[in-house]
Amino acid sequence: MNIIVVGLSHKTAAVEVREKVAFAPTQMEKPLSAVVALPDITEAVIVSTCNRVEIYATTRDVAGGMARLKRFLADYHGLSLEMLESHLYSYHGEDATRHVFRVASSLDSMVVGEPQILGQIKTSYGYAAEYKSSGIILNRFLHKAFSVAKRVRTETKIASSAVSVAFAAVELAKKIFGELSDKTVLLIGAGEMCELAAKHFINSGVRGVMVTNRTYERAEKLALEFDAKAIKFEDLLEQLPKADIILSSTGAPHFIIREKEVEEVIRRRKMKPMFFIDIAVPRDIDPKVNDVENVYLYTVDDLNGVVATNLEQRKIEAAKAEAIVEQEIGQFFKWLSSLEVTPTIVALRTRFDEIRKSEIAKTLAGWKNLPPDAEKKLEALTNAYMNKLLHQPTSVLKKSEQGNRNDLYVDALRNLFDLEAGGPQESLVELEE
Amino acid sequence: MNAMLFNSTLVIYAAATALYLGYLVKPKEALGRLGHWILCAGLLVHCGYTLNRYLEAGHTPITNLHESLSFFSLATVGIFLVFENRYKSYILGSFVVPLALLFLATSAAFSSVIPPLNPALKSKWLAVHTVMAFLGYAAFAISFGVSIMYLIQSHFLKKRKLGPMFQKLPPLDMLDDISYRCLTIGFPLLTFAIISGAIWAETAWGTYWSWDPKETWSLITWFIYAALLHGRLTTGWRGRKAAMLSIFGFAIMLFTFLGVNLLLPGLHSYK
Repeated sequence: MNIIVVGLSHKTAAVEVREKVAFAPTQMEKPLSAVVALPDITEAVIVSTCNRVEIYATTRDVAGGMARLKRFLADYHGLSLEMLESHLYSYHGEDATRHVFRVASSLDSMVVGEPQILGQIKTSYGYAAEYKSSGIILNRFLHKAFSVAKRVRTETKIASSAVSVAFAAVELAKKIFGELSDKTVLLIGAGEMCELAAKHFINSGVRGVMVTNRTYERAEKLALEFDAKAIKFEDLLEQLPKADIILSSTGAPHFIIREKEVEEVIRRRKMKPMFFIDIAVPRDIDPKVNDVENVYLYTVDDLNGVVATNLEQRKIEAAKAEAIVEQEIGQFFKWLSSLEVTPTIVALRTRFDEIRKSEIAKTLAGWKNLPPDAEKKLEALTNAYMNKLLHQPTSVLKKSEQGNRNDLYVDALRNLFDLEAGGPQESLVELEE
Repeated sequence: MNAMLFNSTLVIYAAATALYLGYLVKPKEALGRLGHWILCAGLLVHCGYTLNRYLEAGHTPITNLHESLSFFSLATVGIFLVFENRYKSYILGSFVVPLALLFLATSAAFSSVIPPLNPALKSKWLAVHTVMAFLGYAAFAISFGVSIMYLIQSHFLKKRKLGPMFQKLPPLDMLDDISYRCLTIGFPLLTFAIISGAIWAETAWGTYWSWDPKETWSLITWFIYAALLHGRLTTGWRGRKAAMLSIFGFAIMLFTFLGVNLLLPGLHSYK
């Protein structure tokens, strides 16, 4: 049995294409049952996020299976396969395993190390489990992918640092203030980056937000959006002491906040620290403000510097993560190949034969005055007995190889008779996780 | 028995210090946790030593430099563990536990023989006066360690040096908060130590205050910390300024404790 992967991601397709092949998360039953109904496809999981759409499936026939999945993706969404084909990638065997382990570990993400992808795959797997489109192989496969992702997260620092300017600003604020729940953010001016940073601060649970703008109407509009308090631009200095974190991005050609003013403000705040983030170009805040006691000023360049260092750090961590993935691929394949029929039959026979031989030895050891041909007869009897016993299961197994249920039988046999490879305990532990 | 307990404490504190310093360099949670438990064990042995000495001497074992430095170390570790538990931050230990080790190691430099008790010290005030003074000193020592952390962290933030050490150190406001809490514990203790000392002086020497060097310097220390607390409550001396004053206060306090005993002759020169 082979695992195949067919899909597209932010690396191969623009958002215009990705949105056309996306599956609605609320109605996964239909596509999942359609995929497993395809000839030669036994199990399927569909992962659909804003950055990728992928189908994981098991099949006997790698080339045919891939072609059918591609055709399915095109047909299901009413697209032409010729158009879609150039965006699609497909993997099988070891490459498919590597791909899925890397995706789950967030090594294939747009922002490497972002934590959402694992949850998204878990949800996708949840649908497949609910609608019974995944079976013994994909169950095991995805649980393995989850445990690899977990290992990567705990053993490397891939997700531990901020890699966006907005997030870096929040992280820095936490290093100054600790808890943000009793802090107030002041937004001066508007701008995409400024608003994004404000959203991050709101998500981190700041107590309040104030907004000001040269045109009061715009401030009011923004205030509505953020559930904030609009203040007049003329009142800026008067209101400044109330703000702990100040995000500034006005179009002003000169500094709007200077050292002298901040010195006065910090005194009125009884020296409680302030964190200025100047996102404007040209700058809004005099760089000398950073010299004021208990005041910390970061410009967009400083934050970019933080992000660059963190990205560099992530690259190093990503290399460690890749090594973990490679290690785990080997382990998973050991289990997967144990699901083949022939080696299982051999292992089963060997196990029976061992028992037979040891029992004969035990019997003969305690048997005095043996007739000359007794040993031979005993051999023949037990051999025939064993062959008769094994005949039925062996032929069912061999027949199942043509059908689709053999992995189920093989896995059960390996567990029932405790045959090597994979080991029953390990599979139980990981499925429970 | 005494020497054994003392030396064990010294070795255990050294091990804890090594682990806490290791935690500063290597981001391994296990190092901090291990350091914590070893320090707890050290504190137990240290308590055992102090109790044993109390039983052997028959009075509070804070009568000479060896004993008072040892108790200073004990109090520092004790109060530190309370703070560590409250703030769940092992990194504090990287700056405080070495201090406790230093106090104990200095204590080892002075004779540990139990001398006959100076008649002037035969009083029930001995326990009250000295225990309060050294608990207060210990609180100031922790404030000192935390203030150093504050200055380092604030330097990193100002100069935008956001390396692994920066990531490790706690937020500025938390450090400021811990330092302040230490002062609010240490200052009343110092105040009561001075008052109880004055009362004791009246019964022992017949006068509340005799401008003995120890008394003078205690008063100076008291004024520094009083100014620091007052400044904080009124004009908001916090952050860097508060941290620097706390470090200065600790230096003066150390002189009050050690410098006066060793350099300035007076009624309090117990070696």
